[in-house]
Amino acid sequence: MSFWNRHKIFEKNSIILIAGILAVISIGGLVEITPLFYLKSTIEVVDGVRPYTPLELTGRNIYVREGCYLCHSQMIRSLRDEVERYGHYSLAAESMYDHPFQWGSKRTGPDLARVGAKYSDDWHVRHLTDPRAIVPQSVMPGYPALAQTEVTVDDMAAHLSTNRAVGVPYTDDDIANAKADLLAQADPDNAGVDAFQKRYPKAVVRNFDGKGGNPTELDALIAYLQVLGTMVDFKVYDDKANLR
Amino acid sequence: MTNASTTAKSMTIGEATLFPLFAALAFLCLAGAGLAHDAPFAFHASLGCVASILATFAILNRYYDRPAELPPQEIGGRPNYNFGPIKFASIAAMFWGIAGFTVGLIIACQLAWPALNLDLPWTTFGRLRPLHTSAVIFAFGGNVLIATSFYVVQKTCRARLAGDLAPWFVVLGYNFFILIAGTGYLLGVTQSKEYAEPEWYADLWLTIVWVTYLLVFLMTLVKRKEPHIFVANWFYLAFIVTIAVLHLGNNPALPVSLLGSKSYIVWSGVQDAMFQWWYGHNAVGFFLTAGFLAIMYYFIPKRAERPIYSYRLSIIHFWALIFLYIWAGPHHLHYTALPDWAQTLGMTFSIMLWMPSWGGMINGLLTLSGAWDKLRTDPVLRMLVVSVAFYGMSTFEGPMMSIKVVNSLSHYTDWTIGHVHSGALGWVGFFSFGALYCLVPWLWDRKGLYSLKLVNWHFWISTIGIVLYISAMWVSGILQGLMWRAYTSLGFLEYSFIESVEAMHPFYIIRAAGGGLFLIGALIMAFNLWMTVNASEAETMQDAGLLQPAE
Repeated sequence: MSFWNRHKIFEKNSIILIAGILAVISIGGLVEITPLFYLKSTIEVVDGVRPYTPLELTGRNIYVREGCYLCHSQMIRSLRDEVERYGHYSLAAESMYDHPFQWGSKRTGPDLARVGAKYSDDWHVRHLTDPRAIVPQSVMPGYPALAQTEVTVDDMAAHLSTNRAVGVPYTDDDIANAKADLLAQADPDNAGVDAFQKRYPKAVVRNFDGKGGNPTELDALIAYLQVLGTMVDFKVYDDKANLR
Repeated sequence: MTNASTTAKSMTIGEATLFPLFAALAFLCLAGAGLAHDAPFAFHASLGCVASILATFAILNRYYDRPAELPPQEIGGRPNYNFGPIKFASIAAMFWGIAGFTVGLIIACQLAWPALNLDLPWTTFGRLRPLHTSAVIFAFGGNVLIATSFYVVQKTCRARLAGDLAPWFVVLGYNFFILIAGTGYLLGVTQSKEYAEPEWYADLWLTIVWVTYLLVFLMTLVKRKEPHIFVANWFYLAFIVTIAVLHLGNNPALPVSLLGSKSYIVWSGVQDAMFQWWYGHNAVGFFLTAGFLAIMYYFIPKRAERPIYSYRLSIIHFWALIFLYIWAGPHHLHYTALPDWAQTLGMTFSIMLWMPSWGGMINGLLTLSGAWDKLRTDPVLRMLVVSVAFYGMSTFEGPMMSIKVVNSLSHYTDWTIGHVHSGALGWVGFFSFGALYCLVPWLWDRKGLYSLKLVNWHFWISTIGIVLYISAMWVSGILQGLMWRAYTSLGFLEYSFIESVEAMHPFYIIRAAGGGLFLIGALIMAFNLWMTVNASEAETMQDAGLLQPAE
């Protein structure tokens, strides 16, 4: 029986055809995806990488909501010009707590993987409100509404515990104090600042939007932008640690 | 009309199940709307409630109006085809196509003139861009796929579509998913996975609809009168099955609350990136390629009145295509934190993919052997053939761009956007247009289209639009890539990022002009199809018995 005749079994039986399709399309995905869950280079733990603070996480959700990833990548490739323009190439560990990842696929604007601490809070406040006031050639939309909108704080604990359920190591303590931590990070005079900084070492406490009152979406977004790429100290990072 | 109720009428299983289900869903959505944690969720729950109430009424109404017996499977020895849901999907495709092209034109203009963002939350580029991509891929392309698959599977199996309410559930349920997804983007409801932005509840709904779609398609295959499953149906089946697998793999998410729109994806970081582009590239591979090749395998032979060029080629390229495509995802992640071996695998398989892609193109084009003269006289066939040529072009460009060195230049730039649009406008768009131009007269029993001259206008205006679009993006993309990596003689980066943004301005205007032409073409098409249905002469050759209404 020739090869072409053998193929008739697929052409005459829809269930066998489906089984064949499923078998054929499974292989590639299994080979490429499964190892990523146990290979050292993809699950490495790097000093300094910590879960986002409640305020940063809120800012991150705003970043997601507004579709910032459609124009800004967060993935510095290991190419000379990118490393010189944006900083050390991105490590897998730096996005290990990102549900979902924000690597992006297009740079209509610059990469933001290491934008943290690059500009002042005030720069961000003005730039996010009216980009062309600071960068005349920019094509970015303005987001004046962010400064006017207070963040919702009441379900912060639920956000943290959902993240814990999908693998982000928030402690019971983090979750219990989620709301207090959110308020503390945007207000240096807050009584909870010390406790907050114990839970999130090296996290920055500032009044990000420069205005009093409850934290706004602008506070949250800037807190997120200011932490991007700052968690790992590349002066002490050992890039050979994961070589075999 | 009321029927003579002498024969006992009873509810079908579909009616008896769906009626209470939708009634329950209406109450569930009402409760969800009342208790919702955020406004978008309340809005979507209200939409769900209204849709469920309408569905219960529609089911009940149909039950009271219909005769006791369901439409027969055959009339006079010929299959009694079910065209109702197909007609709906065809109209929906045209509607969403125009909506999607319009939003595309708006966001293209926003990049050229950023003031058009209006700086309102729901009109910025970031929220409109997913609306554009989802509207053209899933709403326009998806409705074309559903319409043509339901048509082709019936015709090539010589059997009436399986299910009674199920096909309607698929078509209406799918379009309701689009409505939820699209309005969600405007309200900021997104999980930020490209081409898989809808949140958890929309994903769940789509899963139900998609499984029903698979069952309707499969059951129609099962009851076929032909011994062989026609080649187009292999591709449709691969498309439906694989999209289900991809959807489930990419979207598992944990909602923060069952009464809120926000969820967190189970995957994170590099694993999530790999899942995303395994999904993303195969949404292209199976939704926009395998699905549309299925359309090609029916509509080109039919329109050209020639048999498919090579049956053996179709076997080889079918299995090769679906096997190789799945591997190609990592070429979206070159030089990233994804391990190098995975990138290399992605690149290698992408290059190999060139062969089965061109296998499909060759099989489509050579089907015209002996009928090439028809290209002069039939603009619809010309559209279909040019579409296959665009397919060949973008499936050459794709493997080239997946080569790591090329990708180091092209990635993150407009070149990718140009590449996508040569496939999307040229291949998917033109093939959808061609298929709809064939399908509408067939479905509505018209002798032919209202005007072939208008098809000709549509063809040329849109072709010029595509050429403007993709050439502008080639130039801007390569320019961008070169500016980012340019060094001065002293070894410093030559350009700041914003200088590259500024350099894009003229190309963004040309691109918007190209998109505008494409939209004008689609508007001409909508008018033509409208006139075909409403003002064209009815087909008289057909046996009157075949002119059965679907319901």
